[in-house]
Amino acid sequence: MAFYEHIIITRPDISPAQVESFIEQITQFLQENGGRIGNTEYWGLRNLAYPINKVRKGHYSLLNLDVPAGTLQELERRHRINDEVMRYMTIKVDALSDEPSAMLSRRDRDTRKPRN
Amino acid sequence: MVRHTQANINITNIPARRSFGRRRKVDPFASGKGPKIDYKDVKLLQRYISEKGKIVPSRITAVSFKNQRKLAKAIKRARVLALLPFNVE
Repeated sequence: MAFYEHIIITRPDISPAQVESFIEQITQFLQENGGRIGNTEYWGLRNLAYPINKVRKGHYSLLNLDVPAGTLQELERRHRINDEVMRYMTIKVDALSDEPSAMLSRRDRDTRKPRN
Repeated sequence: MVRHTQANINITNIPARRSFGRRRKVDPFASGKGPKIDYKDVKLLQRYISEKGKIVPSRITAVSFKNQRKLAKAIKRARVLALLPFNVE
């Protein structure tokens, strides 16, 4: 099995609770098919940088996965059928991170060194 | 006959060489220090795209070739996820 980061953008007209239950569904499906789920994140309803299918907003969810390739393929096939999913992306990573991703942790971090 | 002393010439005529020469910038992602390049880190990536949404060349930002490749990849991934624009009108 390999490690993946899986991002799903769902349509804005469903509620956050529905997104949650959708993610729950996915999690269950993956666990039944030999997968292991790390951290999951919900980034909320974000403005898209450009319209996708004439829609300007979307619910972003991030899943850290450790699943067999076949299961992931099946998951992506289902995404393509599901009308709620506007876009998804899977990226293979070397290790799953335990910390919240940059999207959530950014606020209170200062990347710039103070100038003397 | 008036004689200029060496010291006099030094002060008035020779321009200060380094004063307006720009200091060379260093790679902000140099290994060990600096933030990690991540497609999810929109605020970081935004610094490396132009107003039009283009990726800024490394000769301007002083990012090393290796890191520029990673950066470009991260920006492109962020674009697919609509975190960054492909173009700005």
